[in-house]
Amino acid sequence: MKDDGINRRDFLKGAVAGGAVATTAAVGMTPQAAQAQQKPAAAPASPGYSYLNLEEAAFVEAMVDHMIPADQYSPKGTDLGINIYIDRALAGGWGKGDRLYMQGPWKVGHPNQGYQLPLKPADLYRAGIAATNAYCKKTYGKTFDQLPAAQKQEVLVGLQGNKIKFDSGLPTNTFFGTMYQTVMEGMFADPIYGGNRNKAVWKMIGFPGVVAVHAQNIEKFRDKRYVVEPLGIADLS
Amino acid sequence: MATKLKEVDVVLVGMGWTGGILAKELSEAGLKVVGLERGAMRTTAEDFSVPRIRDDLRFASRNDLMQDPAKDTLTIRNNPKQDALPMRRLGSFLPGQGVGGAGSHWNGVTWRWNDNEFKIRSLYEERYGKNYIPADMTAQDWGITYAELEPYYEKFERTAAVSGKAGNIKGNIQKGGNRFEAPRANEYALPPLKATQAGLMFAEAAEKAGYNPFPRPVANASQAYTNPDGARFGACQYCGFCERFGCESNAKGSPHFTVIPIAMRNPNFELRTNMWVTKVLRDSSGKKVTGVTYINTLNGEEFEQPAGMVVLTAYAINNVHLMLLSGIGEPYNPDTQKGLVGKNYCYQTGAGATLFFDNHYFNPFMSTGGSNFGIDDFHANFDFDRSKYGYVGGATVGGGMTNGRPISYRPVPSGTPQWGTAWKAATSKWYNQAMSIGSSGSVMANRYNYYDLDPTYKNAFGQPLMRMTFDYKENEHKMGKHIAQVINDLAKSLNPTSFNPASVRMSWTVVPYQSTHNTGGTIMGTSPGNSVVNKYLQSWDCHNLFVMGANVFPHNAAYNPTGPVGALAYWAADAIKNRYIKNPGMLV
Repeated sequence: MKDDGINRRDFLKGAVAGGAVATTAAVGMTPQAAQAQQKPAAAPASPGYSYLNLEEAAFVEAMVDHMIPADQYSPKGTDLGINIYIDRALAGGWGKGDRLYMQGPWKVGHPNQGYQLPLKPADLYRAGIAATNAYCKKTYGKTFDQLPAAQKQEVLVGLQGNKIKFDSGLPTNTFFGTMYQTVMEGMFADPIYGGNRNKAVWKMIGFPGVVAVHAQNIEKFRDKRYVVEPLGIADLS
Repeated sequence: MATKLKEVDVVLVGMGWTGGILAKELSEAGLKVVGLERGAMRTTAEDFSVPRIRDDLRFASRNDLMQDPAKDTLTIRNNPKQDALPMRRLGSFLPGQGVGGAGSHWNGVTWRWNDNEFKIRSLYEERYGKNYIPADMTAQDWGITYAELEPYYEKFERTAAVSGKAGNIKGNIQKGGNRFEAPRANEYALPPLKATQAGLMFAEAAEKAGYNPFPRPVANASQAYTNPDGARFGACQYCGFCERFGCESNAKGSPHFTVIPIAMRNPNFELRTNMWVTKVLRDSSGKKVTGVTYINTLNGEEFEQPAGMVVLTAYAINNVHLMLLSGIGEPYNPDTQKGLVGKNYCYQTGAGATLFFDNHYFNPFMSTGGSNFGIDDFHANFDFDRSKYGYVGGATVGGGMTNGRPISYRPVPSGTPQWGTAWKAATSKWYNQAMSIGSSGSVMANRYNYYDLDPTYKNAFGQPLMRMTFDYKENEHKMGKHIAQVINDLAKSLNPTSFNPASVRMSWTVVPYQSTHNTGGTIMGTSPGNSVVNKYLQSWDCHNLFVMGANVFPHNAAYNPTGPVGALAYWAADAIKNRYIKNPGMLV
């Protein structure tokens, strides 16, 4: 989103404040999207977010594009829709605490006892992004999305290894673990969830997708590469 | 106030494998049977059809077919000095929920546990001396023999379409099978599955090392099959969506299309879904149960279902929980070692290596729950001298593939960055060029590993959660070190480009997933002084209460538990049909 030199967040803030664009185009729409509407053949550049606010959307887009850069293996994270996957996951049942025991009392516990925060995943994400941006501003004078690649890398490594401590007391590596999990899910889950666009990630590793029958092939392709166009749930529906 | 319903002969609590088996057997014997299942109805056509069932995120990452911890979970800790805290989301193990239970989303591996387990204390004391078993290790004989269970193993294997190769038929060792298995009367129901590249490479390495590899027995039908009850199985398609998923082609032995619908065709059986049993009721003498109370989870209404007999057929953990909630028997106390309900909770341990090859392709997505080879040289082989390593029990070691679902299956060499182009390069390169060698290890009962009721946390029905206190002890550490060495030697012998070595598990943690093989808590045995149920799984306290499931195992072996769980259910059903109904009272 920064490729065209426009800071999308500032643009949108301006748009909402001014009201001019916001009344005719959905909030969350970028200039590219507006153009895309006029050119139906082009892919929509902005999907609109359900859960993430402007600061969070900028963070998530920057984070997935840093973790999943465009290279010979795959398009970049936002072009795979990983930001969309994350937004939908946080807005949906999982993000809102489905299948999570949420009764107190709350204690820190031992790492062997697993997740013990009084936060649903969407709340953890929100608190984690705020804390990471606060850390980035204190350390570098900028939010995460505005940092150069080397500093983004430094921050992510610091979160992963628990080297960065949040002033809020939020456990750094728990936030990182949840964030990393969602990036991987957005990469590798079926495209019906918004990520893994065009099954690009399945093609990258050679996973054939949801095909039902390998009985005919398990011996034929033993110790050989099996290369097919992968199929997703939507392809068979 | 609970609405009191009309009395029936039998109430079954939970409708997985054991509930299904009892439902079919007891309704055929003419008893009026009600099956209560806390989850929803499940059928292959409605719930497991392609492409919906091929949803890695929904079923494997989000555990859609499993128990919902928001409603009921356990508290967990490693030792009695710690504060137990809730298992807030599922991780280490995945109890099932819904008709079919875990029997609809297991891998299907089905073993015959033998006298090495059933006579564990006597055999070890005889061979290694009275002092070999440590004082805190509360392993004990089960009070049953392999010979007694053999026909019931066969019955379960034929019901569930177990594919495999016999290693010992009536004492004659069979080439290609597990030579260490106890003697079988007959071959498996079906021949083994097609082998994977990883399975064959493991088998070759194991043979070269002097071990005895064989295809693992598994309830994945290697061919189309009709079981003795007339239930029809499709042939396994090696789709790579086995454990955590239902099977669209009914190739995986599961109660939801075998015993349960057969029982449902019998007017003597009634299935009630979305009914959560909260308590087993007793009469004023305390010596007989009178039925159960349950709540309709669709509207909150409470019922009392009077019954002549109650059979607990829920998941292993939930059977023990219901006994504790109902106050039947004395809860176990590790300090005084008094009480028996909750005693001898056991789990399993494991170690694994991942091997990377520049010159081999494994197609991990062409696989099924049991498409692998194993060795039993360090487990069922009683001649293997444990005293060199100083442990009790053992481990099976195996190689093969169970799936290539990429949200969780993405092997890369240790030290690979976790994101960026280098991570993508390694993930792409090794996804199809890695195999693993893994192990499943026994866990011996220990004085300080047990269940009781949690003093603080409650479930959605206001009842105390179960509290699990568990850790691996010195015995498991010794075994784990030995088995990791066996695995790493086998790995090296295959000359991989590189490998991530196996290492011993020192302490139990609730993340990540390890195995849904939780055993003990209402153990079987020879007297009311050493067990909760007798060899027919009948409560010593109340003769009209029977308790099925792996919760009756006095310790845990390396084998998956479902073989004896199924066999014991058929064995208990026979005892109820042939003896108990005619003359209700203690069967021992």
